[in-house]
Amino acid sequence: MSKTDHDLMNLPKKKFNFMNLVWLVILVAGLFVSINETNTHISVLFENFSQFADIFVQMLNPDWSYLSAVIPLLLETIKMAVLGTAIGSIIAFIYSLFIARNIVKNKAVTGILRFIMNIVRTVPDLLLGAIFVAIVGIGPVAGILALAVFTFGVVVKLFYEAIETIDPGPIEALTAVGANKLQIIWFAVLPQIMTYFISYVLYAFEINVRASTVLGYIGAGGIGLYLQQTLQVFDYAKTGTIIIVIIIVVVIIDYISSKSREALMR
Amino acid sequence: MDKSFAKLPPKPVSHLKLITHWLIALVTIAIIIWSCTGINFGGIKQTAAQIAGAIFAGIFHPDWSYIYNGSGEDLVSQLWETICIAFLGTFISAIISLPFAFWAANTRHKKWYASRSGKIVLAVIRSFPEIVLALMFIKAVGPGSAAGVLALGFHSVGMLAKLFSEAIENLEDGPNEAVTSVGGSKFNTIMFSTMPNLMPALISNTLYRFDVSIRSASILGLVGAGGIGYPLIIALQYRQWDRVGVILVGIIIMVVIIDWISGWIRKKLV
Repeated sequence: MSKTDHDLMNLPKKKFNFMNLVWLVILVAGLFVSINETNTHISVLFENFSQFADIFVQMLNPDWSYLSAVIPLLLETIKMAVLGTAIGSIIAFIYSLFIARNIVKNKAVTGILRFIMNIVRTVPDLLLGAIFVAIVGIGPVAGILALAVFTFGVVVKLFYEAIETIDPGPIEALTAVGANKLQIIWFAVLPQIMTYFISYVLYAFEINVRASTVLGYIGAGGIGLYLQQTLQVFDYAKTGTIIIVIIIVVVIIDYISSKSREALMR
Repeated sequence: MDKSFAKLPPKPVSHLKLITHWLIALVTIAIIIWSCTGINFGGIKQTAAQIAGAIFAGIFHPDWSYIYNGSGEDLVSQLWETICIAFLGTFISAIISLPFAFWAANTRHKKWYASRSGKIVLAVIRSFPEIVLALMFIKAVGPGSAAGVLALGFHSVGMLAKLFSEAIENLEDGPNEAVTSVGGSKFNTIMFSTMPNLMPALISNTLYRFDVSIRSASILGLVGAGGIGYPLIIALQYRQWDRVGVILVGIIIMVVIIDWISGWIRKKLV
């Protein structure tokens, strides 16, 4: 075999990407820094793993007699999620119309309103819960307000982006025949985006059901209250009951909501 | 003038559609009204406006000595700890997620029950409350950021593995077949066609999850699992409203910066 033949047998060398090396170094450095900062050692987990497993085993033997106490608070949790979603999405609906650049042409107004929206979006749900508990006091009202603000953040972003992608034709047609802003929104914008809005509200409802189950832990109403009480007295059998009920409800609501969203988008 | 032209033809109406729409609307309204029953709206504290005002005042007149004083108890070091918790937690969950994702992915070469069972397991992990998981880890490794890291690492698997498995489902068979047809082994297929094609989606999803983890990490402190949540709950309990305001601003700035960085990297990837 001549030399050229031999060369042909080899594949060309893969190009070396310098940036990949940089990213790898950043990743490894980040790992070392964060392991050092958080003091996480996997060995500690394995040493005490029996304790962890013990809690888990106790949770797997749930105390079903506790169920009758759990159901009323479970209903309250769902009520909180429904009200939070309803209030938050109504505000989000109106707000989105003001920050969509194809409806409100004034860049200063949309800019400022968007800045406020982006700030609201960054605050996590439980944090909102803790703050509202401090402001309005312990109870489901704090939870509803926290969920409403959280829903607002979720829906408004998705919804205004949907509004901005609509077909401008109907808006132009209505402007041409002299319709006012309200008529344009009612006859040209809403028919195009209503299905999206309902789908986003259902999506927010799924998230809210999940979030509302733990809000009670910090005193914002709902089933989380019992979660906190049972955990405090180390009654893991009861905690197990609550968690199983939560998982079942969340999975059922997720299923219903995702199926109806699929039906909507068809 | 002939008036008959001025009238538009009536809008075509499908009665079945109309009835279902009204039914759905009525059921929704009924559910909302049901939700209003039994909740006591009168229980709002008299001081609500005052407290909200105090928190806002703290936002605009921050306590500068608290922001950084080098003691390790100040705002910046607590935020840094939060970021570290999120980083390590996301890294752990990304590693655990990979095998779960291959289990749950619904590809052509698998029996239906294999992927279905994987999806159910992931749904259960997703629904397990993060805070309870954090408390369980606190029992195992003691209070502190290590518990937060482990809780995040295990909880994120539910969502991250779902995103990964969707990425795997969207892969094309072509490259795999090409490697197999030139005599590549199973290992070669994974090494030279599956992983390279999957990598951008994996990194992008992990970065997205990092955004979410930052928010979670700032919550976990509420139960004592390290990070910024702990000083926040202390400040709330001791009614130091100005400090609550400062911590809130700190969290918001941190989240915005991290979102911006990860968005920038993701944009470069695609």
